[in-house]
Formats: sequence, C-alpha cells, structure tokens
Amino acid sequence: MARSGKRRYTAYWLLAPGAIWLVLFFVVPFYSLVATSLYDPNGSVLSGYKVTYHFSNYWHALKSYHPELLRSLWYAGLATLVCLVVGYVLAYAIAFKAGKWRNLLLVLVIAPFFTSFLLRTLSWKLILSDHGFVVSTLQNVHILSHDGRLLNTWFAVVAGIVYNFLPFMVLPLYASLEKVDGRLIEAAGDLYANPFRAFFKVTWPLSLPGVVAGTLLTFIPAAGDYINAQLLGGPGQTMVGNKIENLFTTSQDYPDAGALSMILMILIIGMVMVYIRTSGTEDLV
Amino acid sequence: MSPAARFFRWVKDHLVLVLGLLVLVYMFVPIAVVVLMSFNDPGKSKNVYAFRSFTWNNWLHPCHSAGMCHAVGVSVGIGVLATAAATAIGTMAAFGLVRHEFAGRSIANTVIFLPMASPEIVMGSSLLALFIAAHQGGHLGVWTIFIAHVMFCLSFVVVTVKARLSGLDDNLEQAAMDLYANERETFWRITFPLVLPGILGAALLSFSLSFDDFIITNLNAGQTTTFPMFVYGAAQRGVPMQVNVVGTVMFLIAITVVLGNTIYNRIQTKALATR
Repeated sequence: MARSGKRRYTAYWLLAPGAIWLVLFFVVPFYSLVATSLYDPNGSVLSGYKVTYHFSNYWHALKSYHPELLRSLWYAGLATLVCLVVGYVLAYAIAFKAGKWRNLLLVLVIAPFFTSFLLRTLSWKLILSDHGFVVSTLQNVHILSHDGRLLNTWFAVVAGIVYNFLPFMVLPLYASLEKVDGRLIEAAGDLYANPFRAFFKVTWPLSLPGVVAGTLLTFIPAAGDYINAQLLGGPGQTMVGNKIENLFTTSQDYPDAGALSMILMILIIGMVMVYIRTSGTEDLV
Repeated sequence: MSPAARFFRWVKDHLVLVLGLLVLVYMFVPIAVVVLMSFNDPGKSKNVYAFRSFTWNNWLHPCHSAGMCHAVGVSVGIGVLATAAATAIGTMAAFGLVRHEFAGRSIANTVIFLPMASPEIVMGSSLLALFIAAHQGGHLGVWTIFIAHVMFCLSFVVVTVKARLSGLDDNLEQAAMDLYANERETFWRITFPLVLPGILGAALLSFSLSFDDFIITNLNAGQTTTFPMFVYGAAQRGVPMQVNVVGTVMFLIAITVVLGNTIYNRIQTKALATR
C-alpha cells in the first residue's frame, strides 16, 4: 500500500529516529572498533592512543589467543549440531504431532527466555555439580570414573551453550516445517517410500531454509558467548569472549582487544558466507 | 505390512511426540531448579549448589541480600526506559518500511537485521570503543547502558511489528475510508488497534531482552550494577538464594502475560463465533 505524492517523504520521517540511532550506536561504533584495532600498542589509557595502522596488533592477537579462537568455533559448531538434532525433533513434533496444543507448546518453547539467562546457566552448575544426582548416576553406571566430573569440562560448556541457544534453533525450524504440506509426505508414502526415505526426500529438503536460519542464529551468538565457559567451564575451557572482555575491562589493552574482536567478527562472517554459498547451491530461500 | 514397517510406522506416529515433549521437559529443568532453590535455606553451609532445607525466608525478605534489590531497581528502570524508546522508534520505522516505497529500503532492512546477527561481544566492544574514543570511558553508566539497550532492542521491535503489519488485511482500512473516515481516524480506529498486539509483544520482548542482557551491558556499565551483573559477580563467591526469587517472579509474570493473552484471544474468538 505505497502512497505517493505529498506523502513521499513520510517514510524518511518515520525511519529517521531509528536510522540515526542505529547509525550512531551500531555502524559508527564498528568503525571505532576498526580504529581501536589499529591503535599504536604503545599508547595507554592515560596518554591516549593514536591510530597508526598497526596491523601487527592482529598478528599479535592471533598468536596469543588462537587456542581460544579455535575453541570458540569448535564449541559453537558442536553445540549448533546438537541443537539442530534436538531442536529438529521438537520443532517436528510441534509442527506435525501437536494438533490443537501447537500454540501452547510454542509458548512453552519461548517461556524459558523469560527467566534470566544467567540464573538458568547457574542451575546447570547445580545439576552437573560433583556430588549431584547426574554425576553420581553416571558414576554408578560406570560412564564416568568414580572421581570423574562434568563441571569444568568441555562437556558442561557445550551442554550449557546447547541449552541456552536451543530456542533460536527451534523457532526458525518450526516456521519452515509448519509450511510443509502434510499431503506431500503422504504422497511419498503412497509411492512406496518408507517413512525415513520420505523424510529425507521430502520433509528435510523443504525445511532447509529453517535449518540454515536456525544454525546461523545459534552459531553466531554461541561463538561470541563466554558466560557458559565462565560459569560451567574451568581454566581449560576459556573462550574468545572471555579474553575480549578481559582485555577491555581488566587489562585495558584496547588495541589487542579491538583486534581480537575484529578477528572473531571476520572469522564468523567468513564461515557464514561459505556456509550460505554451500547451502545456496541447492536453491535455497 | 511387515513387522519392521509396522515398527517404523509406530516410531513415526508416537516416538517423535514423546521425544519432543522430553526436549521441552529438558528446557524446563533449570527453571524448576531456580524455583526450588528460591525456597532453599543454605544455613551456614558454603555450598549454594545443593538443596539443604526448606524456608520461606528468601521470599519474605528478598532484599536481605545486600545490593540485590538496588540492582533489580536499576535493571527495571533501564528496562522501562529502553523499552519505551525502542518500541516508539521501532514501531515508527516498521510503519515506514512496510507502508512506503522509498530509495534505500533494502539498505535499511539490512542495517536493521545486522544487530540481530552480530555476536554480542563484538557489538558491546564496538560501542565501548566508541565511548572511549569519545572520551566517555570515565562516564560509563546508566545512560550508556540505555543507549546500548535501545540499539539492540530496536531490531527486534521492527521485525515483530513489521510481521504484524504485513499480515494486516488492507480491506479493513479501505472499508473505513469508504465509510468517510479520514486518514487520521482510519489510523487510530482501525490500523493502530489491529497492530497493537504486535507492538505490545515487541515491548514485552524488548523489556525481557533489556532486563536479561549481560555481555553488552557489562562492557558499557562502568560502576553501575544491573541485576545480571549482580548475579554474575555473586556467582564467583556463591549466589545468594534471593536471586532465585527474582528469577521465579520474572518467570511467573511473563507466563501470566503470555498465557493470559492466549486465553483472552481464545475467549474473544469464541465470543465472536457465537454472536
């Protein structure tokens, strides 16, 4: 319903406040981050910094923090994969099996969002604690050794990330599964496809837009997250977010912090582009 | 049908639902723990990660935990202000984007989408880099948090309101115009009431995003402590049990609002159907 004539400029007036806010506090800050990453590392908070195009900051950050960078991508990737499997089951159940309970179940998927992210993560600390029910059960059935633990291991961190970002996976998956016409699946069955074949030939390809959206919405925040690593992991599970936060707030080493933040951003953008291109060959979206 | 095929059919019919419900249960286990721990009396024990004995004390004296109620107050204050600003600005932008054709619309859509797809740590550190470059590094506090929260809530508001707006039936507005309502009347009596649920949903989402944010807030807060920052700081020593009271209350309020809305809609639909 586009209106023309005297109303031509209305759109700009309506958009102006939001646009100004986003340019000032989202686009310009990104420029500041680039500048910060190129500061002369010899500056300090007191004497001030100069932009000297010190690309060596990047090299230095990469050299010092590559274990954390790789760990972040690895944890985020693994968590995204687990989220995809677990989230797919839930989204599928809601879309095809829930009947009149659909809306209620969707509300329940979103509901955990409304309890503090930090409190829910701390709950996992309790659930996975050394003398807790989960650990002692696993010890009794000899999956864990008698002094084995879950807290402060990669398992706890990845489990925490999976838990926290699961709704980001479920909602886009549901949105595209909901559009799948159930009659197509029936048709596949009528043509003698067994349920698994029908799933992989019909349902799965039709849900791919949701899969792409869900994996991106899970992977990107997961790679930058450090709360799970901080609360559920030990010193061996530090992620790149912990380092960036530390460099900015505690050690106030802005050039390194800026460079590390940029590297994370570039890595994520690169991976996302490769991913979209690869999945895009199958005529997506 | 072979027994194997029958088995697969059974799996297809029931197992998916059972597994799906198990996933939902898994999503609620930590919340059940939060509710349970809000009744925990840790006594003299230093271990706050196990249930020791039952008490009403945390609920009766939530502010006994030093600094917590102040932090909750700060979070609520920032949440209300940021929600009001983001909802107003975002709703205007959504109307502009859906109702008007103009040059640069796709760029606007991209810029609005980007904050939702950026890692928080990068957005937070960029904003901090800006504040430091603008020599505001020593003046971080409520206002820098407010700026940051409006920034990341905006995109969610625009997307939510846009979804509601583009699902709107044009005919209703046409009908109002045909019945000699002018544009202003049409807007306030037809369009706005129809979009209102979307705006309220966006506001609820904004508030919970703002209230819950840690990563961006922590970088730009200076000496100010919000509720998530209080919890994070306390987690290093062992959290006071009262934080679970706040968590439970938040959850109850949100559930009441959302379920209340669902039930209200159902009743209204039924009333219309039987009229």
